[in-house]
Amino acid sequence: MKTSFTLNGQAASLDLDPRTTLLDALRENLGLKGSKKGCDHGQCGACTVLVNGRRINACLSLAVTHEGDEITTIEGLAQGEALHPVQAAFLEHDAFQCGYCTPGQICSTVGMLQEAADGWASLATQDLAADTVLTDEEIRERMSGNLCRCSAYPQILAAIRSAGGVA
Amino acid sequence: MKPFTYERPGDVSTALALVAEIPGARFLAGGTNLVDLMKLQIEQPSHLVDISRLPLRAIEDTPEGGLRLGAMTTNSQVAADPRVRARYPALAQAILSGASGQLRNKATTAGNLLQRTRCAYFYDTTKPCNKREPGAGCAAIGGIYANTAIFGASEACIATHPSDMAVALTALDAKVETESGAGEARVLAMDGFHRLPGDTPHIETELRPAEMITAVVLPPPPPGGQIYRKARERASYAFAIGSVAVAGGKVALGAVAHKPWRAEAAELALAQGASPAEAMAAELKAARPDGHNDFKLKLMARLGAACLTTAGAGDDQ
Repeated sequence: MKTSFTLNGQAASLDLDPRTTLLDALRENLGLKGSKKGCDHGQCGACTVLVNGRRINACLSLAVTHEGDEITTIEGLAQGEALHPVQAAFLEHDAFQCGYCTPGQICSTVGMLQEAADGWASLATQDLAADTVLTDEEIRERMSGNLCRCSAYPQILAAIRSAGGVA
Repeated sequence: MKPFTYERPGDVSTALALVAEIPGARFLAGGTNLVDLMKLQIEQPSHLVDISRLPLRAIEDTPEGGLRLGAMTTNSQVAADPRVRARYPALAQAILSGASGQLRNKATTAGNLLQRTRCAYFYDTTKPCNKREPGAGCAAIGGIYANTAIFGASEACIATHPSDMAVALTALDAKVETESGAGEARVLAMDGFHRLPGDTPHIETELRPAEMITAVVLPPPPPGGQIYRKARERASYAFAIGSVAVAGGKVALGAVAHKPWRAEAAELALAQGASPAEAMAAELKAARPDGHNDFKLKLMARLGAACLTTAGAGDDQ
């Protein structure tokens, strides 16, 4: 089935079996191996990508449903040699050990910071009417869909805090 | 996944006609549960009719002072809406306590209601399950699994409904609007939308074949406090092992039955002047734990009493 979308700013056209998930299309059909297949069931967040600016699990989304969408993966965040600020913050704070969850963590962070900028609440938000303040508790709650089996959470939290949270 | 075909019609009536006409066809919304179950071959649709882009994505004020949530609104969209946060905080809290940010960005209002149980034996295709294969038996009964029903279970099924959102919608007395066939529309009360398992646990709602949820309508917010609280086995991103929604004098419990459980005995007791603890005790008299899930009695007694106290339910009696 013919499917076209914008991938990291470039037009992409594919002829896909409808069973192909967005994650498999990215990795196997388009050769972008940055997005990772961890659990393949939406439980680990390693496949997180941005679709029209919002973070989703690419493993639970059929590629053919993304006709015309703008998709950004970890490969599309940097501007040439200039890292995205979230990528730079992860490097600066050594926010990984094995690195397998890192592309998903970074894409999820970019999406999460936009959600916070848009004023979205989380379960950690005490006052649903108040402005969003990204405390450590808020960051932990908002990032709970990304697991790190090396448990580099303190460094991930520090990186996110420096990239957009409350110091 | 089993092979299937896919199409994305541009309007509701075409989508309804396609699912009515094609054997094995199913609606696809956010897909966060259906696609996962298709990978496991628990769901095997022959044809997917993608309704995620249909014009059912608005949150509108109703003339009565409530809100109409289009069926394809995302969980994130509803939880972020200022009207929901201001007037239906229990609903915002319930949605935000479910799943992860990524999943809430895809999952829809209608899809949330139609998600399947997370019973471990429903997911284990090497074991019998009356939901997967009617008449096969239930491996959860007597199995090693604790997140099962204490209310309304049957000899065929002891699974629970996994939604947080639906529990809040039940306490808020929401209505489910549907369409089918040649423009036929129905309105179903949230409390009667999901079914108890009985002898047919594979039939989970009152929806008819090829009937589509088009909206969920919230009545004006009831007077009094609202709260949703959830107990789970880790701090975030896990299904409930028990949850409570309070909205005014209405109470609903989650993860205790095959449907969001309206706590009518507790409501009646509160109306008659009972304390929060007494009201929960009245409700839990009808509970039938099975040994593995006995913990839910104490959990729900305490969680319910805490929520009723915080929400101020019964204070005006």
